[in-house]
Amino acid sequence: MPEALTDDQIVETTAATTPGMFAVLLRNRVAVAAGLVVLAFVAVSVLAPWLAPFDPNLQHPDAIRLPPVWQSGGRAEFLLGTDALGRDLLSRILYGAKVSIGLGVMVVLLTMVVGTGLGMIAGYFGGWFDAAMSRLVDVLLAFPFLIFALAIMAATGPNLTALVLALAFKGWVDFYRVARGDVLSARHADYVTAARGVGAGTAHLLLREILPNIVPPIIVLATLRMATIIISEASLSFLGIGVPPSIPAWGTMVSDGRGDIATAWWIATFPGLAILFLVLAVNLLGEGLRDALDPRMRL
Amino acid sequence: MLARFLGRRLLQLVPVLLGVSLIVFLTMHLTPGDPIEHMLGQAGRVTPEQIAELRSHYGLDRPLATQYWLFLRHAASGDLGISYSHQGRPVAEVVAERLPATLELTLFAFVLALAFAIPAGIFAALRPQGLFDRLGTVGALVGISLPGFWLGIVLMITFGLRLHWLPISGRIDLGLAPRTITGMNLVDAALTGDAPAFWSALRHLILPGITMAAPMAAMVMRMLRSSMIGVLEKEYVQFARAKGLPETEVVGKHALRNALIPTVNIVALQTGLLLSGNMIIETVFQYPGLGKLAVDAIAAADYPLVQAVVLIYATSYVLLNLGADVLHVVLDPTVRTAAT
Repeated sequence: MPEALTDDQIVETTAATTPGMFAVLLRNRVAVAAGLVVLAFVAVSVLAPWLAPFDPNLQHPDAIRLPPVWQSGGRAEFLLGTDALGRDLLSRILYGAKVSIGLGVMVVLLTMVVGTGLGMIAGYFGGWFDAAMSRLVDVLLAFPFLIFALAIMAATGPNLTALVLALAFKGWVDFYRVARGDVLSARHADYVTAARGVGAGTAHLLLREILPNIVPPIIVLATLRMATIIISEASLSFLGIGVPPSIPAWGTMVSDGRGDIATAWWIATFPGLAILFLVLAVNLLGEGLRDALDPRMRL
Repeated sequence: MLARFLGRRLLQLVPVLLGVSLIVFLTMHLTPGDPIEHMLGQAGRVTPEQIAELRSHYGLDRPLATQYWLFLRHAASGDLGISYSHQGRPVAEVVAERLPATLELTLFAFVLALAFAIPAGIFAALRPQGLFDRLGTVGALVGISLPGFWLGIVLMITFGLRLHWLPISGRIDLGLAPRTITGMNLVDAALTGDAPAFWSALRHLILPGITMAAPMAAMVMRMLRSSMIGVLEKEYVQFARAKGLPETEVVGKHALRNALIPTVNIVALQTGLLLSGNMIIETVFQYPGLGKLAVDAIAAADYPLVQAVVLIYATSYVLLNLGADVLHVVLDPTVRTAAT
C-alpha cells in the first residue's frame, strides 16, 4: 500500500548525510545544550592557564585541606578548597580538563582511523583478511580490557604514550565492526556499481564514494566512545597507573582524596563531579547525534 | 539440536582462549619489569648465582616459546603454576581462595541491578514521556556516566562516614565469619543458620554492590524500556487487550516475555562488564576478591597469577555470551531453527 513518507522517514533521509545529521541535531534542545557544555569543557582545557587562580601544583603550606568557601573555615581565594598538600582544587580541576579531553580525543581519533580503515578493507575485500580479522576481534572482545591496560601500565610505569596505546588496544574494534558492516552493504549499492561502471578504481570507490556514506554512524560511535575513554582513563589514573603524577588529572585527584574522605570530603568529591558532568554531556551529545541520524535507534 | 549448537559454541571457546592467553603471555614477558627483582626487592644481598638459580627454578631461563608451551600444557591439566608473590603457593589455590568473594559480590550486584532495572524499565514503558519515564531516563543516563570508583567513594562518605549506616570496607565484621562451606559468606551463613554473620556479610555487600550494579541497572533499564515500548504497540498485545485480559497479564505475560529477548544480550554483556569493573570497585572498598588480587598481582609482576586471572575473566566472558545465546534460543522460537 503506497503511503506518504512519515516524519521519521523524512528526517532519516535528510540525516543520512553528515550535514543533515547536524541539521537535525540542532532541533534537539537537550543535545544542543550538551554540545555547549562539551564546548565549555574544551574551552576550559585550553584556557586553564588563564582561568585558574593558581598554578595547579603550587602548594600553600598555610592552607592544608581547607574546605570549600561556603563551609566554615573556607577561604575566598580557594573556592573549592585545597587538598592535603595545600593545592587549590579549583585550579587543579580546571587544568585536569586538558588530560581528560586531550587523551580522549587522541584515543578516539586513533581508534577511529585504525578501526574504520581495517573495517573498510575487510568489508570490501572479504577473503582471508576478513576471516583473520574476525578471529582477532573474537579474541579481543573476550579480553578483559582493564586488566590488560593495568598490566601494560604497571610494566611501563605511568606514561602518556603507553596510556594512549593501552586505551586504544581494544577501542578500535567497535569502529571496525560498524565500518565493516556498512561497507559490506554498500559494496553492491547502486551508486557504487555506477561509479565502478564508469571506471572508478578501488581507492576512489572506498574513499570518495563509500567513506562519505559511512561517516555519520562513525561520528556517532566516536562521540559515545569518547565518554567511555574518559572514564577508562580516569579509572587507570585513579589506580595510580595512568597519567604521571606531575600532571593534574581528575582520576588521580579522586585517588589523592581517598585517604582524607573522613575529614576532607571535598578533595575526592569535586574532581569526580567534573568527570560526571563531562561524561554526561558527551553521552547526551552522542545520543542526540544518534537520534538525529536514525530515530529508530533511540533507546 | 540445542546440544549440537552448544557443542559447536563450546568448541569456538578454544581458539578465543588460546588467543587471549597468547596475548597476555607476550605482554607480561615482553614488557619491562622482572619478577625475580620484585621477589628479591626486600631480600637484601643476593648473589648473581642465586638469581640465576631462582630463574631456572621458575623456568624463566627457557626460551619464550617453551615457556608458553609448558604453561599451556600445565593449564590444560588444571595446573596454573606457582604464584611468585604468595610465598610460592599454587596459583590455583590462591585464586580458589578469592573466587567465592568475587562471585558473591558479582551475584549480589547482578540481582540488585535486575531487581531495580526490570520493574523500572516496565513502569517507564507503560507511560512513555510520563514523569517516571523522564526521571528514569535522566537517572539511567547519569548511571552510565558515573565513574564507578567515584560513586563508591561518594557512597562511602555519605552512608559510611556521615550516616554510619553501613561499613565501608572488607567482607564481614571481625570474628563473625561463618563456617566455610561454599566460601560465599551469605550462603554459608544461611546454610548454617548464622544470623549475625548473615547480616554482617549483607551489610558489607550493599555499598560495593550498589556501586557495581549502577551502570548495569541503567543499561538494562534503558534496553527493556525501549523494547517494551516497541512490543506494547504490536498487534498481538492490542489483541490481548481487546480480548479483555487484565493489563497486568497483558504486560506481565504477553509483552514482557518478548521484550526480554533483546534485553538478555545486554544483560550478558553487562555482566561481563561487571566482572571487569570489579578490579576498581574491590580496590576502592578493600574487598578481598579476584579483582583486588589481580591489581596486587600486576603490581608484583606475578606473571602466573595475572595470566590465571585474565583467563578466568575471559572464560567467564565467553561463557556468559554463550549463556545469553542459549537463553535467546530458548526464549525466541524463531531463532531456534536458524541457530541449530
